[in-house]
Order: sequence, then C-alpha cells, then structure tokens
Amino acid sequence: MKSLAELQAIRDKAKAQLNMRQDNPDAIRVLVGMATCGIAAGARPVLNAFTEEIAKRNLTNVTVTQTGCIGICQFEPVVEIEVPGEDKVTYVKMTPEKVAKVVNDHIVNKNVVTEYTIGANS
Amino acid sequence: MRELSLNVMDIAQNSVRANASVIKIDVTEDTDKSTLEIKISDNGCGMSEEQVKSVIDPFFTTRTTRKVGLGIPLFKMAAEQTGGFLSIESQLGNGTVVTAKFISSHMDMTPLGDINSTISILIRCNPDTNIVFTHTVNEQSFTLDTNELKEVLGDVPLDTPEVMQWIDDYLKEQTEILYGGAL
Repeated sequence: MKSLAELQAIRDKAKAQLNMRQDNPDAIRVLVGMATCGIAAGARPVLNAFTEEIAKRNLTNVTVTQTGCIGICQFEPVVEIEVPGEDKVTYVKMTPEKVAKVVNDHIVNKNVVTEYTIGANS
Repeated sequence: MRELSLNVMDIAQNSVRANASVIKIDVTEDTDKSTLEIKISDNGCGMSEEQVKSVIDPFFTTRTTRKVGLGIPLFKMAAEQTGGFLSIESQLGNGTVVTAKFISSHMDMTPLGDINSTISILIRCNPDTNIVFTHTVNEQSFTLDTNELKEVLGDVPLDTPEVMQWIDDYLKEQTEILYGGAL
C-alpha cells in the first residue's frame, strides 16, 4: 500500500539530488503538442514513452512537458526538442516506437533523427 | 477520441490555458444506474455568458493558430450519443465547471479508458497547478490532491521521476481497490 511515509522517504532521497535538477540552464526541453489535435492523434502514449525512456536512462537534464497546438494539426503528434544553443527540431507523426531512437540519437548523442522531422515529412 | 480520458485531458488543457491554479477532476461511476459523470472544475479566468453559448460551436475558438475548437463539441457529442448531456457553468473571473453525464450501458458509450494516465500527465506537465482528482465507483472513492503531496514533499518537485512513480503506483493501487481488485 502506497503511504505518505514512503513519499517522505522519496523526498529525503531526492533532496540530495535536487541541486542537479533545479534551474539547470543546460536542460534539454521536450515539448509534446497536447491540444485536441495532438491528443486525438495519439500524443499521450508518445509523452508517456518519452518520460519512461528518460527515466530509464536516468537523464536528469531533460524536462518533458506539454505545449498547445502550433497549427500543423495534420502532422500530429508533434514533438519539439530544444537543446540549448541549437536550433529547435520539430518531429512529426510521432509514435511511441519512434521515441527510443529520438532519445538515443538526438538527446543523448546529439544527432538529429532527420527522417522523423517535419522537413522530411512535408 | 477513443477514450473519454483523452477528452478529459483535452478539456483540462482549457483550464490550464485559463491560468487556473486549481483543477478538480471528478469521475463518478454508478454501476447500478449505469451512469458515469465527469466533472472538470477550475478557478481560471472563466467565460462570459456569450462565450459559454458559443463554446459548443466547433467553429468558435480563442486560439490564433487555427480556426476550429473541437474540445467541447467532441466531449458533448460523446455524452449525447449515449443519451447523456454536457453542461457548462462559468463566470468571468471565477472559473468554469464542465459536467458531462453518460449512460454507460448505451451501445455508443465511449470507454473511460486510462484516466490515471491522464491525471499523471496533467500533474507532470503542470507541477505548479493544484490537481485534485476524485474517482468514485458506487459508494467507494479516493482522492489524490497534489497540494497534500506538496506539503509532504517540500521543495522537491512533483515531476521528480521517483515522485511520479509513487503517484502512478498510488493511482493504480487505489483504482484496483475501487474496482474490487481487478483492472
């Protein structure tokens, strides 16, 4: 049974690592489009896949968050990745299956997965 | 939408955009009466009477990126196709309450789906918003209030992976109890 005492233990453990995560200017941002168009096209499993993959690899410098409709509904689910100091990359028609490759190639090894980007799909 | 839980996520985005600091989501199932009620309440900027009337029109939206707003119309359709209804109460400056009632035994009922995943994502993506989720099945219910969790966590953010795992496990465990041990 999950208890608040267990949450307290998590807090104490997490506090030690907190400074690493807070206000990190080098943090990579993963933005998943979660408007009606994105949700209907399957953005929720894509967002879940990103958080799972990032947790699995223990990447502490990556934040996954949602964004609204950016006006390219026909390409949803759309995911934007912002690496500080680099151009924003827009991935389109994302699926949970594509997520591991994007995390591995782009986020970890800094190689954009060109075939999933909007440039290769429009 | 394949699941009502996706509609809930969509409607809750309106609350986020309305700068709500509190979003309450109540899911109430009555298996004897075959009803399901989903209520999403917020304390955001609210809407004028005129906006409330026009919000069910798919060609009404406050967005600038596109000309349609399908969130409320799709949710309304999902409710009405089961013989249920959707109502919106809103006041400028006071927030909005969207209530949808479904007849769950109807052949056109859309399944509720993975509501816990919706709640988890809402918490993860809006750590500064207080999310209060109550799931009731007949007489039993449980509530997850992120403010209560924040009191325990102090300055450790809600979106810390271990905390999110605790939230996911808690939601799963409580839902299993609600449904009598089986999901």
